[in-house]
Order: sequence, then structure tokens, then C-alpha cells
Amino acid sequence: MSTTNVVIAGLGGQGVLKASDILADVAFSAGQDVKKADVHGMSQRGGSVTSDVRFGEHVFSPMVPTGAADYLLVIAPDQVEVNRAALGVSGVLIEPAVIDESSLPNKKSLNVALLGVLSCRLDFSVEAWTAAIERNLPEKLHEANLQSFSLGRAAGKK
Amino acid sequence: MNSFQQQNALALLSGDEAVALAALDAGVKLGTGYPGTPSTEILETFDKLGGKAQWAPNEKVALEVATGVAFAGARALVTMKHVGLNVAADPLFTVAKIRLDGALIVVSADDPGMASSQNEQDNRRYALAAGVTMLEPSDSQEAYEFTLRAIEISERWQVPVLLRMTTRVCHSKTIVRRGTVTIPAPGPTHFEHDFPSRVMIPAYARPAHVRLRKTLAQIAAWNEQSGPNQVIAGSSSLGIITSGVAFQYVREAAPEASVLKLGMTYPLPIEKMRAFAESVDLCTVVEEGDPYLVEAARTAGIAVEAAPEIFRFGELNTLRVRHILEGDETPEPKRAAGKPPALCPGCPHRAAYETLKKLNCIVAGDIGCYSLGVLPPFEAMDTLVCMGAAIGVGLGLRHALPPEQAKRVVSVLGDSTFVHSGITGLVEMIYNPPPTGHVLIILDNGTTAMTGLQEHPGTGRTLAHAATGKVVFEDLARSLGVPNVYVIDPTAEPEKFEHLIQSCLDKPELSVVIARRNCLLAARSIREYERCNEHN
Repeated sequence: MSTTNVVIAGLGGQGVLKASDILADVAFSAGQDVKKADVHGMSQRGGSVTSDVRFGEHVFSPMVPTGAADYLLVIAPDQVEVNRAALGVSGVLIEPAVIDESSLPNKKSLNVALLGVLSCRLDFSVEAWTAAIERNLPEKLHEANLQSFSLGRAAGKK
Repeated sequence: MNSFQQQNALALLSGDEAVALAALDAGVKLGTGYPGTPSTEILETFDKLGGKAQWAPNEKVALEVATGVAFAGARALVTMKHVGLNVAADPLFTVAKIRLDGALIVVSADDPGMASSQNEQDNRRYALAAGVTMLEPSDSQEAYEFTLRAIEISERWQVPVLLRMTTRVCHSKTIVRRGTVTIPAPGPTHFEHDFPSRVMIPAYARPAHVRLRKTLAQIAAWNEQSGPNQVIAGSSSLGIITSGVAFQYVREAAPEASVLKLGMTYPLPIEKMRAFAESVDLCTVVEEGDPYLVEAARTAGIAVEAAPEIFRFGELNTLRVRHILEGDETPEPKRAAGKPPALCPGCPHRAAYETLKKLNCIVAGDIGCYSLGVLPPFEAMDTLVCMGAAIGVGLGLRHALPPEQAKRVVSVLGDSTFVHSGITGLVEMIYNPPPTGHVLIILDNGTTAMTGLQEHPGTGRTLAHAATGKVVFEDLARSLGVPNVYVIDPTAEPEKFEHLIQSCLDKPELSVVIARRNCLLAARSIREYERCNEHN
């Protein structure tokens, strides 16, 4: 089994790290080797944030090599171009435009909605995603985020 | 950290979290340090897990407190970022030679590539310079295991151990199995007089240095035979010596190569390195940062190839390691720079910088969120050196510049930075005042915002946000004899702030202006902590 490489990008405060936590948790719970890398520090002040998640039988580097991402999931429209080089030749770009933001229960759950889109292309069950979302978010946010996840999943199947 | 509670449980942890978990499993009595990316989460996690963790005013004090803990026969953990070890270097060099009764683990979290630092320094040099035994984990599992091993080594040889981590090891999450290394429970704390071992007057320090070198020779011999080093058998044509996170890139970039992965990188297992290098046709060293292993190998007469100079700068990654191995020095594909960080909308520092820019001040600045005042639209910071330097540098400018320029110099630093190393600068200001006077502005946003909203002695709350003693800056400045001390909120009263700064600049006296308003990101939590602490 080869390594799957996902890069999640956005701006500080958009939940990039939360999205990568959930994805890493799903893969971890499925018994795969997982590594996740992000740089903290100056990000909470609205700067660019990216997080790499890699999973498979055995992962070495925690970072996705440039040009090797199988999936690039971008939460902020203006972060698409700056991160495009992360994507591999046959890699898939998941942009915020695939989600109708007005349909979301709240804007802050766009990160989880985009995970819903990604989930259509990965081999993890909806139950596993649901459990990971619930483990990584406080209870009062479960309903809104699970709803956003479903909306994303529906958009991903189109 | 869901399944932390069970032994042998698997969890996806950052290296920082793994160190905290190991400290808990080892019965560490006290964890102390100063917040600094990428080390901050170690003590925060240790506290959450139920360990005793506290923030010190700075790294030097933290290391001294931890040393006392180890003198008492207990286990101590002290954490800091790479530049923090510069501050703590004074005790480090001497404690290296003092006989400890407990364990003393110093975590240095280096930031190659400077994601959030003012310089790029390789703290493996400190191990060599101070004679401190050093371990370098390459992922979270090793961060867990090496912390426990470091405690074992520290107690066995009665020396401090440096756990040298880097950004990717600290912050990357990888799978950790708990309980893979077990060490004996800590003994009872006790104190016995032992003047020659712990009192470093020259008569006692001379034999202490000799003793240290003998001890290091013993540790080196142990490292040759039983150290946490690993040989991965592969092709006999290419051998790679590596350490830390670079090991991961090596395994990905050259899965066919033979690898000697060093876990203890001071004192080095030189003979193991020699035998490995001789077992392959070509032996290359791949390391992040300075050519530390290369120099050690070559000094010992071991023939190794080194990476070209360009790879000394910044972090390594799989592609860069591939280029090192191919001898390819062409510019690498880079992800384009994203949106740079900026002061948050509503940040209380904004109003202060608007005024400083308007008044055309010469600003000796410092390290914190407010360092972003150097960027547009403010461009209102002229110098940044290290923590606390704002005051000394500002005073130096005042001493040397012609009066009409000297009068425009202000020193600006944050609340946590002021406590960290600004207080001695303030003493200097009282003791050696420039003829034109001086103006110190403390941007007090009630938190250590830059590193993620940690408490400090000026907030009056502990690491865990409980009420404790508080250093009141205005009282401190007045007690030191500063004639003009003001507290003001520039966001609420921008015009008054401007007039105040102008009047301070106009008089040849010393002024301390405390610009006080809570960080926007912390304000809600601070109100919550205050409410809880009132009720208790």
C-alpha cells in the first residue's frame, strides 16, 4: 500500500489544523501509519497555514514533498494559487468554491464540509469520519459540523 | 490524546506531547521553562496530564530552578526554544560539571528555517561546547523513548542531558506506543552536604571539569556499545550517517541505502561511525543545520561526503535530501510564500504603532507579536535583536546620536518580554540615563500572545491560570525611581496617548509608559480566569 498525501491550506482561524487533525484521526483509527506536519507560531494572526497529512503502511517524512500531493484541500480562495505547486501531476484540487457557503449551518464549518468532499475519494467509512469529527470537536459543535460534512459529501459525489 | 491513559496504548501525538507523556511516566517532579515556538506545548501538555508545570520569567531562571530540583534528588524537565538556551547558557555550562542527585533534562527545540525565530542556530553545538550529553529524537515515538532514556542516563552518570528537538519533531504528529521503555520509579528526595561536588569555586571546579571529561569518556564508550543508535542494512555502495528528523527524509529519498542513524549525538560513537563508513563504498552525512556530524567525523579521520553549503540553510525535506545525494545544487521548486502574518484587526498594538509612526520615532523594538510593527502599514520598528534588547539598544542610540535625533528614540517591548529580560534593561536606564532622557513603552496586552497566549509573572496567574503573585510594572518602575510613569490604553484614547508620548519625548527625563489593553484573542479567556479566581 503506497502513501496517500494530503495538503490542507487556508488562513489562520479557518480550522486548517482542526481539519488535518480529523483526517489524521480517521486514518489512525483505521490502523494506518500516519504523520501530520504543520508549522505553528505566527499563524493565529491571519497568515497562511498549511498542514500535511500522510498515511499508508509506513510513512517516513511528516511533510508531503512538493509536487507529490494526491489531494490539495484549500479553505481560502486566495490560497489556491500559492499552494498549487504542492499538487502532484494527477493530484486532485478541492476548492472552497465546490461548497455553497450559504447552505452551511455556519461559515466556520467550511473546513469540515471540504473534508466531506475529500471523504468521497478516500476509503474510510462515514461512521469512521463521524466518530473522528466527534472526537476532535466539542459536543456543542457536533451537529453543525456533521451537517456540513454531509453537505460536503453530497457535493463531492456530484 | 484520547487514549493517553492506558499503558501500551497507541496515540497520535506531537513530539512535544510525547515528551510530556514520558515526563509523566517517569514521575518528573517539576517541569519549568519559558514559552517559545516550537517547545511551548511540552509544559502545557504536562500540566494537562496532571504533572506539575510552571512558566519561569526566563530560561535561565527555569534551568536554575530545575537544577535545584535535581540537587534534591528529584527528576526535572526544563523546556525552551533554541535561542532560550542562549539565555540559559550560563547555568548550563557549569551545571554540566556538577554532580546531580536526580535527573535534569534540558529540552532545546531548534527552529531551522526560522518559522518563528530571529535566528537559525544549531544547538548541537552547545552539547559539544558545554560537555552535555545529547539525544536527538526523529519522531514522536523517539521523543517519548529518548526522554525516558535521558532520565536514565542523567541519573546513572549524574549529569544533565540535552534533548535536542527541531520544529518538525516537536510539531509533527506521529504514532506513539506508550510503555515501550520503562525506568525505575524516582527515589525519595533528600539533601546531603557535598561541597566539592556542588560549590563551583575554582578549587572545586578544577577537579569537577576533570571528572566531567572522565564521565563523558564513559558515556561515549557506552554509546558505542549500547547507545540508542541504529544501523539499517542496505546497499554497500551508499552509506548515510544521519540524525534527527533528517533520518526520515533519508529513508524516503534513498530507501536502498545503508543508514547509520545516530540517537545520541554527544558524545558521539566515533568508532561505530568509522566502522560504518568503512563498510560502504561512499559514506555521506545528511544532517539539518550546521555540519556538526561532518566536522566530528572528519576530525576523527573518517572519510565522509558532506552536503553543499546551500543545504545548511533552512529545513531539510525529502526533495532536498534527494538533491544532496544526487549532488544537485540547482534551485529547488518551492511552494510560493503565502499571506504574511500581520497584526490582527483590533490588535491593541495597532494604535500604539500608528502614533509612533506619526511622531516619526526611532523605535528600538523587541520580540513578540508587536515585531510585526516593522511591516506595512506601520513600518514603525527600527531594530530587533533578542529578547529584552529594546531597552539597551534604545539607550545606546540615545547615548550616541546627536540630540535632535536622540530625542526621538523610544524602546518598545511587550509585557512578557519585559519580564523575561527587560527588567535589567530598566535598571540600566536608571543607572546610566542618557542626557536626553529616554522613553520606554511597555505594550502590555496581558499575555504572551506570540507563542499562543501563555501566562507570565505580570499576569498574576500561573501556567494553569490560577491566581498567584503578580509583578505590577508601574509599581516596579516607580520603585526603581523612574520619575514619569503612566498607564494608558492607546486604543481607547489615541489622542491622549499621542500627546503623552510627545511630552515624554520633549523632556530630558526618564519615562515609562505602559500601554495596557488585553490581547483581542485572549480577552475573553482572561475575563473567564479572573472570574474563576475571584470565586476561589
